[in-house]
Amino acid sequence: MSEQLNENILTLKGLKVQFRVGRRLVKAVNGVDLNVRRGKTLGLVGESGCGKSVTAHAIMRLLPKAGFIPEGEVTYYSNEGTVDILKHNPKGKTLRDLRGRQISMIFQDPLASLNPVYRIGDQIVENIRQHNRVPKEAAMKRTVEMLKQLSIPQAEKRVLDYPHQFSGGMKQRVMIAMGLINDPELLIADEPTTALDVTIQAQILELMQDLQKKLGFTIIIITHNMGIVADMADDIAVMYMGKIVEFGSKREIFLNPAHPYTKALLKSVPVLGSGSNSRLEPIRGNTPDPSEMPEGCTFAPRCDFAMDICKTDPPNFDVGGGHMSRCWLCKGGNGQ
Amino acid sequence: MNEKQVKLPNEHDKDVLLNIKDLKKYFPITAGFFKKTVGHIRAVDDISLYVKRGETVGLVGESGCGKTTLGKCIVRLQQPTAGALEYRFGEKFSDMLQLSKKEKFAAHRKIQMVFQDPYSSLNPVKNIFTAFDEPMRVHGMKNPEERKEKIAHLLESVNLPADYMYRYPHEFSGGQRQRICIARALCVDPELVVCDEPVSALDVSIQAQVLNLMKDLQDKLNLTYVFIAHDLSVVEYMSDRIAVMYLGKIMEIAKSKSLYYDARHPYTEALLSAIPIPRIEEKKGRIILEGDVPSPANPPKGCRFHTRCRKCIDICTKEEPKFLPTKDDPEHFVACHLAETVDPSELES
Amino acid sequence: MAETAAVMEQRKPKKSSLAKRNTERFLRNKLAVMGLLIVLFVVVLCLIAPLLTDYDPAKISLSERIQAPSSTHLFGTDKIGRDVFARVLYGGRMSILIGLSGAIGGMILGVIIGSFCGLYGGWLDSFFVKVAELVSSIPQLLLVLVLVAIVGQSMRNLIFVFIFTGWIATFRLVRGRFFSLREESFVEASRAFGISNVSIAFRHILPNCLGPVVVQLTLNTAGFILQEAALSFIGLGVPSSVPTWGNIMDAAKEIMVISNYPWLWVFPGVAIALFVLGVNFFGDGLRDVFDPNQM
Repeated sequence: MSEQLNENILTLKGLKVQFRVGRRLVKAVNGVDLNVRRGKTLGLVGESGCGKSVTAHAIMRLLPKAGFIPEGEVTYYSNEGTVDILKHNPKGKTLRDLRGRQISMIFQDPLASLNPVYRIGDQIVENIRQHNRVPKEAAMKRTVEMLKQLSIPQAEKRVLDYPHQFSGGMKQRVMIAMGLINDPELLIADEPTTALDVTIQAQILELMQDLQKKLGFTIIIITHNMGIVADMADDIAVMYMGKIVEFGSKREIFLNPAHPYTKALLKSVPVLGSGSNSRLEPIRGNTPDPSEMPEGCTFAPRCDFAMDICKTDPPNFDVGGGHMSRCWLCKGGNGQ
Repeated sequence: MNEKQVKLPNEHDKDVLLNIKDLKKYFPITAGFFKKTVGHIRAVDDISLYVKRGETVGLVGESGCGKTTLGKCIVRLQQPTAGALEYRFGEKFSDMLQLSKKEKFAAHRKIQMVFQDPYSSLNPVKNIFTAFDEPMRVHGMKNPEERKEKIAHLLESVNLPADYMYRYPHEFSGGQRQRICIARALCVDPELVVCDEPVSALDVSIQAQVLNLMKDLQDKLNLTYVFIAHDLSVVEYMSDRIAVMYLGKIMEIAKSKSLYYDARHPYTEALLSAIPIPRIEEKKGRIILEGDVPSPANPPKGCRFHTRCRKCIDICTKEEPKFLPTKDDPEHFVACHLAETVDPSELES
Repeated sequence: MAETAAVMEQRKPKKSSLAKRNTERFLRNKLAVMGLLIVLFVVVLCLIAPLLTDYDPAKISLSERIQAPSSTHLFGTDKIGRDVFARVLYGGRMSILIGLSGAIGGMILGVIIGSFCGLYGGWLDSFFVKVAELVSSIPQLLLVLVLVAIVGQSMRNLIFVFIFTGWIATFRLVRGRFFSLREESFVEASRAFGISNVSIAFRHILPNCLGPVVVQLTLNTAGFILQEAALSFIGLGVPSSVPTWGNIMDAAKEIMVISNYPWLWVFPGVAIALFVLGVNFFGDGLRDVFDPNQM
C-alpha cells in the first residue's frame, strides 16, 4: 500500500436510493454515510428490506430501472486515481471498466449469476479478456490457477464443465474466482453463503479470509447473520430502514453496542452453547412499510427506550473512537 | 450423568410418546419412457428414535439429509417404505402404520405439523376462520359456537386479536402468518407437533417472537415437539435432545448440553464448529469439512460420513458403524467406530 | 369467552376483505373497467332490443330493399328489406348466447375432467391428456363439416362443437393448477388434519383455480363469437334464418355489397369487434386480479 493513498478505499456521503413502485415512492436507502477502510473487511448487517443490498447495487451502479439516486456522493479511491462514481454514466466506459476490474461483486444465488449455456472456463476467460489484452491461452492458464487457489479439485478438467455440473458450494467458489480473477481492490459479497449449508458456508468464508490475506483486497460483506460478521468483519455497519444506525469496530459493536436496535438484535438471536435456559428477548412489532416510514427515528416504534425527542431524526453521535450511533441516547458522548 | 443402565426405551416406558423403529423412506428414481425404476433416493434410511412426552427433540442436518422427510413420515404425509411408528394412544401403544382407517384418521388429531413457508401454508382464498373451522368440524367438534370461541381463544393465545379470524392471509406479515399456522395446528388439541423449519423463512428480529411463543405454548399445553431446522443454534435453543442427521441416518443423538460440550461424532464436531457465533470473546477453531455431501441415491459404503471425515480409519470405509449408546450416558447415542459405545450384546431389548 | 364471540360478531366485516381487495385491484385497471362497460353496454342493448326498435328482424319487406341508413332505418336495410339495426341487436343476442354457452359448457367439462385428473393422476390423467391432444389436433372446420353432414346445421350443433373443442384449455389449466397446488403447504396441512382428498380438491384447490378459469371463460367467449361469425360467414354456422352477427355479415360475400352497401357489413362488424375487444380487456383485467404471483 503506497503512502499517498487514502486510508479509505470507498466513502459514501448522504447516499439516497429511491424506487418508484406504481405511484408510491419507496425510500430504500435514506442517507447513508460510510467509510470503507482499505484492506479491511466491512460487515453490512441488517434484516431483509433494510436497504443493505440496494446500497451495494448503488455503489456498483447496477440498480434496476425503477431505482434512482436523488442525492449522495460515492467516491472510490483507487491506486489509479479517484473516481466519483455517481458522476459517471452507469453504462459508460469508466464504470464498466471499474466494475469488472477494480470492484467485483458476488451474489447470493450463484446459479442465477452463471450463464448455463457456457463452460465455466470460457465465462471466466471472457471476464479476463474484457478488461485485459491477453491471449486466450494465457487467460485460460490464469483461470485454472485461480480455480486451484479456490481449492476446486481437478481444475484443469473442471474449466470445461458447464455450471449445472457443479454443486452449490462449488458454484459459489467459481463465482468468487470470477470476482477475483482481475485482481480487484474491492470485493462486495452480497449474502454469499445464505443459499449454502453451514459446513459449505464455513468452507467459503474461510477461503475468502485466506485469499484476502494473500491478495490484500478489501471486502464488503452483506449479511443478516450476526455470526458471520463476528467471524469475518473488522468494521461493522448496522442498517435499519435505509439508514446506518450504528457503525464501529467489531469489538465495539459486540462488546459495547450503543444503539438499541443493535443491542436488541444481539439479544434476539440464539447463541450456540448458551442452551435453552437464557430466554431470547424478541424485538416487538414488525419492520415498517418502507413507503410509510415513521417520523424521526425509524426504530422508535419498536424501541424500549423511545422518548419524545425520538420524533425528530437523530444525527450521528460519536460514542468514542469512531464508533457512531444514530440514537438520542448517545447524545452525551459515551452512549451509556 | 443419569443412572447407568443399558436399556433401550420400549412400550413399557410410560413417558415414551412416539417410538420410531427402523424407519425407511425410499423415493424411486425413474428413467425412460416406461418410468422404469433405476434406483432409490434413500431419504430416510433405517432410523430409530424415541420421543418422550413433553420434551422437544431437535433434528438438525444439512439440506438433503432427510430431516423433513422424517418429519413428514411422523405426520404420515409420507408413507414410509419400511419400519414402525409406534405411538401411545392413551393406554395403548400401537404402530400407526397398522391402524384401521378410522383409527388413522383419529391419529391425525394427535400429531400436527407446522410448515416452513408461512406464505404457502395458508390457503389464499380462505379466511382464517374457515382455515381453523374445517379441521375442527371433521374431528367432531359439532357446536359451531364452541368452534368459534375456540378459534378466538387460539388466536389470542398466539397474541393476535380474536377478530382477525375474518381476515384473509394476504393481510398478514410473515411472522403473523407463522403464528396463525401454529394456532391452526393446535386447533385439534394435538399432543405432538412436528415443526419443520418454522422460523427459517422469517426475519431475524421476528424469529425470537415465534420461538418464544412456541416455548410458552409448550409449557401451557404440555406439548411435545419434534423441531426440525438446519440452524443448530435455533435447535439448541428449543430442544431438550438433539439428533444430528447426515444422508438419511442419525449420526448422534444426545441431550442438548451433552451434544454441545461433549460431541462424540466427528460430523457433529464439524457442524458445531461451522456455526458462526455472534460473539467475539469465545472463538473456537473451525473444523473445515472437505468436499460436498454425497448423493443420497448412492451413499458411500461403510460409514456414510467417511468421505469427509478427518478421523477416518480403515474400518470406516468398509463397515457401517452401529447406532449405540455411549458407555457413560445411556441417552447419548452415536454411530461411529471411534466412539466408545456399549457392546451390542449388553443391550437389553 | 361468550362475550368475545358476541363482540366479534359485531366486528365481522360485511364484505370479505379478499373480495374488496380484488374489486379495488380491478377498478384500478382503467382498460379493464372500460372493457366491462363496453360488454355491459352491448349486452344491455341486445337485451332491451324490443324497446329500441319496432322492427322484426325477420320481417321481409321487399318494398324497402337495400336502403341506406336513415331516420326510419337507423342502420339501413338488407337485400330483402329487413331492418339491419334490429338484426344487429337480435343477432347480438344469438351470438352472445352461442359464445357464452359454448364457453360455459367447455368450462364445466374442463373443470370436471381437469380436477379428476389433477386429483387422481395415473392412467386416467394420461388418457385425458392424450384425448385433449387428439381433439386439439382436429381442425375445427373439419369437425363442423362432419357434424353438418351427419345432423345438419343448427345452433345446438354449433354450441356442441364449441364445447367439444373448448374444454381443452380449461382442462389443461385446471390440471396444471392442481398439480402445482398439490405441493403447497396449505394442502399438506389439510392432509395432516386427515381431511379427505376429495374434500381437499373441492374445498381448497378448486377455489384457487376459479380465478384463472373465469379468465379463460371470458377469452373463450370472445373466441367463440369470432368463430361463430367466421363459420356463419362461410355458411357453415347457424342456419341463415336465425340472425347472428356472422349471418348478417354473410351478405358481404359479394364484392358489390362490400363496395356499394357498406352498412350491411360495417355495423355487424363493428358490433363484433367492439364486443370482443371489450371482453378481452375485461378478461385481461381479471387475469391481473387473479395473478397467483400477487396473492
